[in-house]
This record gives sequence, structure tokens and C-alpha cells, in this order.
Amino acid sequence: MRIECPVCGARDLREFYYKGDAVALNRPDRDAGIDAWDNYVHLRDNPAGQTRDLWHHEAGCGAWLVVTRDTTTHLISDVTLAREVAR
Amino acid sequence: MRLSNAGTRGQQLTVPFTFDGVRYQGVKGETLAAALIANDVKLVARSFKYHRPRGIMSAGSEEPNALVTIGRGANAEPNVRATVQEIYEGLEAYSQNAWPSLKNDVMAVNDLASPFLGAGFYYKTFMWPKAFWEKLYEPIIRRAAGLGGLSGQPDTDTYEKAFAFCDVLVIGGGPAGLMAAKIAGETGVDVILAEEDTALGGRLLGEIEDINGAPATVWVAKMTAELAAMPNVRIMTRTAVTGAYDQGTFGALERVGDMVGRKPDLPQSCFWRISAKRAILCAGALERSIAFPNNDRPGVMMAGAVRAYANRWGVASGQRIAVFGNNNDVQRTARDLTAAGLDVVAILDSREGTTVVGTKGRHGLQSITVSQNGTTKDIALDCLAVTGGWNPTVHLTCHMNGRPIWDEKIASFVPSAGAVPNMVTAGACHGVFDTMGCLADAAQITVAVLKNLGNKAKSPDLPEADSTPYEISPLWSVGGKGRKWIDFQNDVHVKDIKLAAQENFRSVEHMKRYTTQGMAPDQGKSSNVLALAILADVTGRGIPETGTTTFRPPFVPVPIAAMGAGGAGTGFAPQRFTTSHDALVTAGAPMIEAGLWYRPSYIPQAGEKTWRQSCDREVNMVRNAVGVVDVSTLGKIDIQGPDAAQLLDFVYSNTFSTLKLNKVRYGIMLREDGHVLDDGTTARLGENHYVITTTTAAAGLVMRHLEFVLQVLRPDLDAKVISVTEQWAQFAVAGPKSRDVINAIVDTPIDNDSFPYMGCGDVTIGDIKGRLFRISFSGEHAYEIAVPGRFGASLYDALVAKATAHGGGAYGMEALNVLRIEKGFITHAEIHGRTTAFDIGMDRMVSQKKDSIGQALSRREGLLDETRAQLVGLKPVGAVKQVSAGAHLFTAGNEATRENHDGYITSVAFSPTMDSMLALGFLHNGRARHGEVIRMVDHLRGLDAQLEVCDPVFFDPEGGRLRG
Repeated sequence: MRIECPVCGARDLREFYYKGDAVALNRPDRDAGIDAWDNYVHLRDNPAGQTRDLWHHEAGCGAWLVVTRDTTTHLISDVTLAREVAR
Repeated sequence: MRLSNAGTRGQQLTVPFTFDGVRYQGVKGETLAAALIANDVKLVARSFKYHRPRGIMSAGSEEPNALVTIGRGANAEPNVRATVQEIYEGLEAYSQNAWPSLKNDVMAVNDLASPFLGAGFYYKTFMWPKAFWEKLYEPIIRRAAGLGGLSGQPDTDTYEKAFAFCDVLVIGGGPAGLMAAKIAGETGVDVILAEEDTALGGRLLGEIEDINGAPATVWVAKMTAELAAMPNVRIMTRTAVTGAYDQGTFGALERVGDMVGRKPDLPQSCFWRISAKRAILCAGALERSIAFPNNDRPGVMMAGAVRAYANRWGVASGQRIAVFGNNNDVQRTARDLTAAGLDVVAILDSREGTTVVGTKGRHGLQSITVSQNGTTKDIALDCLAVTGGWNPTVHLTCHMNGRPIWDEKIASFVPSAGAVPNMVTAGACHGVFDTMGCLADAAQITVAVLKNLGNKAKSPDLPEADSTPYEISPLWSVGGKGRKWIDFQNDVHVKDIKLAAQENFRSVEHMKRYTTQGMAPDQGKSSNVLALAILADVTGRGIPETGTTTFRPPFVPVPIAAMGAGGAGTGFAPQRFTTSHDALVTAGAPMIEAGLWYRPSYIPQAGEKTWRQSCDREVNMVRNAVGVVDVSTLGKIDIQGPDAAQLLDFVYSNTFSTLKLNKVRYGIMLREDGHVLDDGTTARLGENHYVITTTTAAAGLVMRHLEFVLQVLRPDLDAKVISVTEQWAQFAVAGPKSRDVINAIVDTPIDNDSFPYMGCGDVTIGDIKGRLFRISFSGEHAYEIAVPGRFGASLYDALVAKATAHGGGAYGMEALNVLRIEKGFITHAEIHGRTTAFDIGMDRMVSQKKDSIGQALSRREGLLDETRAQLVGLKPVGAVKQVSAGAHLFTAGNEATRENHDGYITSVAFSPTMDSMLALGFLHNGRARHGEVIRMVDHLRGLDAQLEVCDPVFFDPEGGRLRG
């Protein structure tokens, strides 16, 4: 598997660390309530299709990336710097 | 037998090799299979299940029968296909799965019992008693059935793995592959042409055909030379592409030393990962057999293989040969063999109503029974060339879930378009079987691929080549008595398939698992289409409806040693050494791994016989004088920027924005789920400048976490983080005399006012600017002094020398651990991922005045429950003085069962200071149970002790020594 890092170009999977669903971008307020927090930390969809995941180019530029990927075909349709998505 | 014209080929018998201990001579460059056939060795193997005598069937990597072991002892390689292995001087090959000898194999008795050993036999038979399966039945079955064995010794051969990149990867170097590589190469793009054979040419090497009026091999040689002259084309022979993976990644196995004999500078094989923008699969086609009774005797071979042995290698597969088949390769084979001067005794074309219905010959084919127009007759011979048609080699197109499509015209499966992104197929694997068609197909497809890559490519003038159309009338099995073999590698025959269907394993995937059809090294290369055609017939469904099983990587067997090259032993694993490493090794300290780092266990002195003697001395030394230890392995992260304080307040549970300049504060970080992530100290070096320390184990983790917070959660913060772990060498100087040692080193002496407890600041040592922190992990008056890494070694030597002068010296990890346990300081043994700030007694550090990672969920129900297991100190008070880490805790008087489990021990040490074993652990409601005597049981070590619960701080609970 290869990921097209917006900073470094296409790189091998071994350079990246996988965190999980990009839902991590949407951190609730501290007083959002237990359900919102439970959802944020624990509950994940398991789609057959598109996912948005967070990857860290740890052995490269250090950028956190939002990678849009299809779980049925493994096709990566988009890679964006998490910093830009988070804004 | 070698053909009479062998001499004219310039072949010389110069390569001696052995098979089962018998010496033979072969020709340089030929395969072991060719050499064995030339030496009239027909029986080369015993089959997997029934131990039936088997001979060479094919001339390529699809060989199901002729699996041999190369070499003996630790470096022996089992299950090598004799059709792929090249011979070299001194090659030793051995047959497998036969005892005492290939000819007289005791286990051949299985074949006599075959009526009882059909598919599913084991599942139905060995059901009772249950316990017998693991102990009795399975070991016997495993011993009886099988392939080659491993020696059980470590493999001392070398292997490699490597990476390659290209614009266009051409897989297969037959006519289509040569044409594709040529067209692509001429546009200047980077091309890799991978071919599993030793030479380019594919089927053209084994056929008699003309291209442009000259033998096809002349055209192959010309193309090979032209490609070799292109600097942008890399030809990789002996390299089988084994798998297609995501984003244009391909695995490939290059066979190196194992093909030419061991050489000191060659790996046995090399596993490649090839990243290609586009791939053109020109893998050709594989010939399939026909299921007729006893079609597995040595001497029954594929017609294409018989032609290849005659045309390419100059060896005769038999003296009296018949050809049997259902397509026009029957005539082609007869023509070639006759031209080679061989005796073709019968041409049996099923399209004319002639079939083979039986064979005879125990260790080799002696006769066949032929049925024609209702009458049968026997023909004496020693070789039968069979062709049941050709199957496009679709395997790689299935590796990413692609399903091939049935093509009635060629009675086989062709790849579905787009099965692997950016890979196309051309030539025979695309369902085009004549040479002219292959060249035209490859040219057209390659031009389109290059256009898609943004290159202008021109289709060249195609050479004049054979364009005889492929004509086939499908024939899968013929009637008659006796087993009709389909999968020779797994001993599956027609009746097994019928049985599977009869017992309702009708789906092709179920049939595969019930019968083992198409499993094991050859992945059904020669048998799968035949098997599912028969399943389709039995179940009354069409072949397209029946479908195929999934072909999975690898296309050919790959030694694990090649994939794991560089991973054996220390291998390529990085090692991190501190600047004090050499001094410690010189001092005789045993170095232990801490992640990638190496740290001293203890530093032995003359006369000390056990680690405990050294450790106890070092602990006493720190408590009574002074000790020095390298703490550079702790993660050090430099944080700067206007919002640095805000970042720290967000990632730490406690507050750092209030930390005064030149002060240090201890902090804990939580995960978002409320459990402790890591702990460490943070020093404020400037208004917007902090340096934090992490534990050695979590340095990378915390760095990644901080980047995550800055880039993902709080991109609004203006702060930068960078790891400076290796930039600074840092040493702890601990003990009542620590300040004396520091003052013997630094230019300006310090005192309690300039460096109070938890103070920090710059110091100078001559020209060197360093940092000094008054922090302690031992409970003693202590400092950590840091200098740029290049001065670490000399500072360490100086500190140890000064400490020695004050009655102290160096100490190691064992003593460090004892010192921290005496003080109840935690490590990752305690913050092991399932403990909260509440559990370790630090709940008050989780500020409720601000948002921080983990703060919200740390308050959730259950995480603040008084009955949770809480950090406690433990010391033995009964007759048993031994305490062990990992032991379980129980309320006194309770049975030591899982249901009564009341807690566990995380850290233990013998404390010379307290003259007792001490432990840290977690006990339910532990903080309210100080003074209670409980039971500790270690089932593994057979310990049962009484422990008193106490505060985790065993030594100097008021902390007076810290303030010195």
C-alpha cells in the first residue's frame, strides 16, 4: 500500500502510523455530555465503502493526514493535511 | 534420453549432480527436470496422500508432482520444483515423502486403502474419542501425508529484500511481454521486465515457430539484445511476480544463489517490492490435463512440456510416445516430436472420437488403453503427451478480488477488465493464443497504457508470426474404471469432487475446502479449471455459474526467509547507544535492552559475585553518598511558541501555564478515555520555552501525540514541538553528596538558593553550556545535568570520577528501580494502560478548571469508584519473605481462585534500606486498607505469602531528603 503524502509524495505504507477514523477531528466540548464523549472515543462505523482515516507520516515529514479510502477496493481517493481539514 | 541432434546444439555434459544419492551428468543451464528426463529418471516423487509414484508432468512453475528437497541439513530447501531448479555442479536433490526409498515406499499401502480414504474421510472417521484427535490421529495422519520436511535447525543462508520503482512493469517475457517492453522502453519511460524463467522468450523457447521467416528464437535473441541496450529498461529474469497489491505494489521473488549454487557474495533469493505506475500482465497460459483413469503414472505428461523438453532442452521424454488431446496442439506435438526423430506411436484426438480410458505401469507408464468407436485396444509406450487445452494465467488479476470471466471460445477463464487498478493484460493471459495475435494484442494495449501515462507511443510494424487459430472442443473427463486424477499435488480425483457435491458442498469454495482441491504450493495452477468444470457437470450448473475459487498470492512459493530478510536475529533492527555506553561496557556492566536503547543493569565491582550484591551496594551508595546514572534515554521534547503554555495545559492534566521561570513540575498525561498515557517532568526555560521529559518507553508515542494535538485538535495554537532526546546527554546525580559532585564540575558553584528543589537553569562547564535540573527519581537530594550530546562521554567520566572521590560511583537500572520502589514512584509497570489518575492516587492532579485531554471521560461513572484497584505498597509479614511481580492478591483466608481475585503486584524489589522485599501493586479499595494483612499467591512460582498493605511511599514519606 502507498499513500500520496501532500508534502512528500507517494510513500510506502511502512512510513506511516495508522490512528483510526477521522472522527477524532471532531472533539466534543468538555461538557458535551457522556453520550457525545462515548461516541467520540469508542463508537466507530464499520462501512463497506468509503472511510476517512487519520494517518501520521511518522517516518517522513511528521504530518497528520486525512486519508479517504474505500474499504472494499482499497482505493485511496483523497489525502489531505489534517491541519487543513481541522481549520 | 538426449536427442540425437543434442550434439549439434553444442551441449556438453559438464555438470555433475546427484538425485537420491545417484550421480548424473547434466548440461549447464538446464533444469533439474530436463536433466532427470535426459538420464531416464521417470519416478521422481510420491504423492501427498496416497504415496502414488509420480513423474515430471510440466516444464514450468506449475509443476504439481516433481517436488524435491535440495541439499541436506540446516540449509536444505524442501518442496523445490524440479522443473524450475537449475542444475549446478554439486547439486544434491532428494525425493520426498517416501520411506525407505522412492521405489519401495511403505506408505504406498495408503493407495490400497484408497476406497476408504476419500475426501472428508478424516472428518467422518476420527471423531471419537475426542481426546484422541490431537494426541493420536492427527500426528499419524500428518506423518503419513506430506511434502518435504524442514531440518528444524536455523537456516544459515543469506537472503535479501529490495525495493524497485518503475513507470511500467511488464510481467512475463514471452512474445507479448517482449513486445510490450520494447514499445514502452522506446518512449523512454522506466520499464521493468520480470520473467520467472532464466531466459526471455516464454513459449517461443519451447516451440518450433518462425517469426519473419527465421526461427522464433532468433527474434527473441534480437529483442532481448535491443531491450538490454536500453538504459531505461531493467530485465529481471529468474524473477516471478508473486502478488498484486494496493496502489501498484507488486511482490516478486528473484532466485539467485539457490539457482547457481551457494556463493559467499550471493543471497539465496531476494524478495522484491516493486512499485509501478502501470503494469502489463503478459503471464501467458498454463496447459491443463484431462481426467482419464490412472492419468497420473510417471510418463503421462503435458504435451506442451514434452515439446519444450524436446525443442528447448534436446531431451526425449520417452522412446515411444503417444499424443492425446482435444485441441490442435495434438497435431503440433506429433509434428514436433516426429521432426525431432522420436517415435510417435499414436495420435489420439478426442475431436475424432478417440480417448484414453486406462493406463498401466507401476513405476512408469508401460501401456495405455484407447477407446475408439466402441472398441478398445492397448498400445505399448513409455510416454503419453496430454493436452486438455490452455488456461490463461489469470492469477495476479484475482489478487485484489477480481473474478475472471468464462470465455466459451477458448473454453477457459479470461481476466475481467480493471480487476487490478492500473494493470492490464495482454497476449495469452488475455485469451489470445496465437503468436501473431499476442504481438498485435500487446502492441495495441501497450500503446494505450503509455498514452494513459501521458506518453506518445507508436505501434511498430509487427513481424510476421504464426497465426494458426486455436481450435478446441472441451473434454474434461472420460469414462472408464479407475481414479481420474485432477489435482496431482493434493491427490484429488473426479470421485472426490462428485462426493463433495453429493454431500452438498456444492459451492466451488466449499468443494475446495472439502477436497483440498487447488490448495498447497501450486494453488491449482494445472487443476482448478478442470475441477470446477467437473463440479459444474455434477451439479448441473454451467461453468460460468459455478465460478472459480480465489487465487491468492503468492503465485509461486516464497521462502519466509526471503520476505523476512534482515529480520533474523538482530538483523536490521536499530540499536540506540547512550554516550556513556563505551564507559559502561568497559566497566563490565551487563547492558539490557530498553526499547531500542541499551542501559546498564549494574556496574560490578571486584569481588561481587551476584547482581544483588552489586545492586545493594549501589542503592546504599546513593542513599549514603552519591551515584551517577545516564538518563539520556528519557524522551526530551523541546516546546516553543507564544502558545506553548496553552499546549501543555491541554495535554497535561495539571497546569503548566502557572509554572514559574526556572522551575520544574511533575505532570501526568491522560488518554482521551481517561486512562494515564505517560508521566514526566516539565521545565520552564523561558517565557515561551519549555522542555518536557517522557518515559523511555513512551518517547515516540508522546511525540506523535503532541503532533496530533497541534495539527488535528488545536491547530489554533502557535507552538512548535521537536524531539531533542539525542541532542542532549543527561545524567542523574543523586545522593547526599550530589551537590558536591555538581559543584566540582560546574564553573559557578550552586547552592540551595540558586537551585532549590524543583529548580532549573543554565550552567557552564568551561566553554560548554549545559542545563541543570534539581529533580529526583530516587528520593534523594538529586540533580540531572544535561550537555549537548557530543560532550556526554567526557561529562559522564568526569561525574563518575568526582562521585568516586566522594565515596560514590556509577549505578544501574536495578538500583534505580529499587530506589524508585522504596519511594513509591511509578513507571509503566504501574501506568500500564488500564490505570487512571484515580487508581494511582493522583486524581487531584486532574484540573477541573480547564479542558485537557482525557479530563471529560476521567470523571465518568466507574472510573472514580472507591472499589477500583488502587495503588498500594506491600511488604511481607509472614514466614514467606519472597514477593513476585505478577502475583495475585486475595483477602486473607480466601481461596486463591479467579473469583476471589482482589488485586495484583506490578513491581517488586529487595530494599537494602528497609532490609525487606517491597512491592507496589493494585488492590481493590486499597487506600482504605492500609495495615490489613492480605494473601499473595503466585501460581507460576508456587509462592503463597502474607503481605501487609501500606502506603506506596516506604521511605522518607515527608520528603525531607529531597530538599536536602
